[in-house]
Amino acid sequence: MEIDPFVFRLSIFILSIFVGYYVVWSVTPSLHTPLMSVTNAISSVIIVGAIIAALAGNNENIFNAASIFGFLAIILAAVNIFGGFLVTQRMLAMYKKKKK
Amino acid sequence: MISINLLALFYLISGVLFILALRGLSSPETSRQGNFFGILGMSIAVVVTFLSVGNFSTSFIYVIVFLLIGGSVGALIAFKIPMTAMPELVAGFHSLVGLAAVFVAISAFVNPEAFNLGFSGNIKLASLIEMSIGAAVGAVTFSGSIIAFLKLRGIMSGAPITFPGQHILNLLILISIIGLTYFLCKTQNSNLFWSLIVISFLVGILLIIPIGGADMPVVISMLNSYSGWAAAGIGFTLENTALIITGALVGSSGAILSYIMCKGMNRSFFSVILGGFGGTDQISKSENKEQKPVKSGNSDDAAFLMKNASSVIIVPGYGMAVAQAQHALREMVDALKKNGIKVSYAIHPVAGRMPGHMNVLLAEANVPYDEVFELEEINNDFANCDVAYVIGANDVTNPVAKTDPQSPIYGMPILDVEKAKSVLFVKRSLSPGYAGVDNDLFYRENTLMLFADAKKMTEDIIKSF
Repeated sequence: MEIDPFVFRLSIFILSIFVGYYVVWSVTPSLHTPLMSVTNAISSVIIVGAIIAALAGNNENIFNAASIFGFLAIILAAVNIFGGFLVTQRMLAMYKKKKK
Repeated sequence: MISINLLALFYLISGVLFILALRGLSSPETSRQGNFFGILGMSIAVVVTFLSVGNFSTSFIYVIVFLLIGGSVGALIAFKIPMTAMPELVAGFHSLVGLAAVFVAISAFVNPEAFNLGFSGNIKLASLIEMSIGAAVGAVTFSGSIIAFLKLRGIMSGAPITFPGQHILNLLILISIIGLTYFLCKTQNSNLFWSLIVISFLVGILLIIPIGGADMPVVISMLNSYSGWAAAGIGFTLENTALIITGALVGSSGAILSYIMCKGMNRSFFSVILGGFGGTDQISKSENKEQKPVKSGNSDDAAFLMKNASSVIIVPGYGMAVAQAQHALREMVDALKKNGIKVSYAIHPVAGRMPGHMNVLLAEANVPYDEVFELEEINNDFANCDVAYVIGANDVTNPVAKTDPQSPIYGMPILDVEKAKSVLFVKRSLSPGYAGVDNDLFYRENTLMLFADAKKMTEDIIKSF
């Protein structure tokens, strides 16, 4: 009998929680705000679902019930991806060491 | 175009790059490289998704157009936003992730064929459960973040909104959500799916309105975590490794930040969620204390004290952000350093309205990050310092947290400001802080109150040097 692919995904999920746990504890407290903005940006990888939904329409019917929600989700996620990464970049550029 | 196995491998690469993006944040030197890894991971995920669908017809052009519209709006916001508004921005971004998750769940529900999840009216059971979870958590994240945004922006009062039967209502709603999901799986009735989403929107609102302004750092971190779990739920639905990994990372990141914030206030996570903190009942108690003698001074007194000091510790708080005083503060510190005075900054974990808020503002004002210290690193130095300059902070310096078990902030770790030889406390009035507790520090022998706007006072001190 084969293992259900769901079990593999669950394994990835659980292990990633542990990876996240250790990686986030190692983030220096002074960078907690950039941490929040960058996690915001990467969680918008949900855009891949939106793209699949949006492209599911055919040429005669580009905007159907499902693809419209896909297109809307693309806009929202794109705001977040660009906004999140760029604002993180902007913040990180400000962290400087003492000039000696 | 590309096989599903190859696609899965690329998504795995994206996931790993996202892990490296967070890993980079362990120090400011590696952080910029980390952000680059994040962008790379995102680009890979988007490009391989296009290749896997392989539909480069008119729809594709629309996708690119919508992507660019959203992207330009995001970029514009990122460049325009003042650093003091970061908490609102992050709350706003969380709401977008939440809503995007809801939309993706809806399109998967309406058109399951596109995602290989079965057929409309006959969706695979596991997928249906996963998309319900994704949609519900996404909806909670969306409406909760909107409320948080309104509170942080000052459009809605930061005071907690409570009403009798609130907790029972929340409990009933929770039970109805579980019931709805159960019947949805049995009947595949789309009305149940819509009701589930609407009720979840309601939960988000009810969850955040009772939480007061002082607990905002916890709220933001919590919503950060929710947005991650929503993404993970959708990741399971779409069988997408990148989304599952990212969801887990973001979910645990938000959870850890919530924990750190709760610990910084010595409050349990549940008492924050149940809300009502910072209400009016404590303020009335403090009114009869106003008669106690308070020493107040002006900028000349402050300048005199600091010029004759050999070490000064700056304690910034939310008031500094409100007054936009960070640049004036840096100038003042520059003047002190020119006189050979040792200056460092002490940051309390919950100073400001979000984790790390003060650090970003100081970085914006060109304060080198190796002069900025966390509570545990610097707390022992107060005893040896000549002047502590408290600018815009209040509750996090209140010695009552160590001495009075009756106080609502008792047990909260505080900065031992009172141990400094003299304390300069910049504040507009003697009013209590967000926790509604009178600050014992105002009435100490070694405290000199500077009643003024934080920015104006700091500028005046520079002039007095």
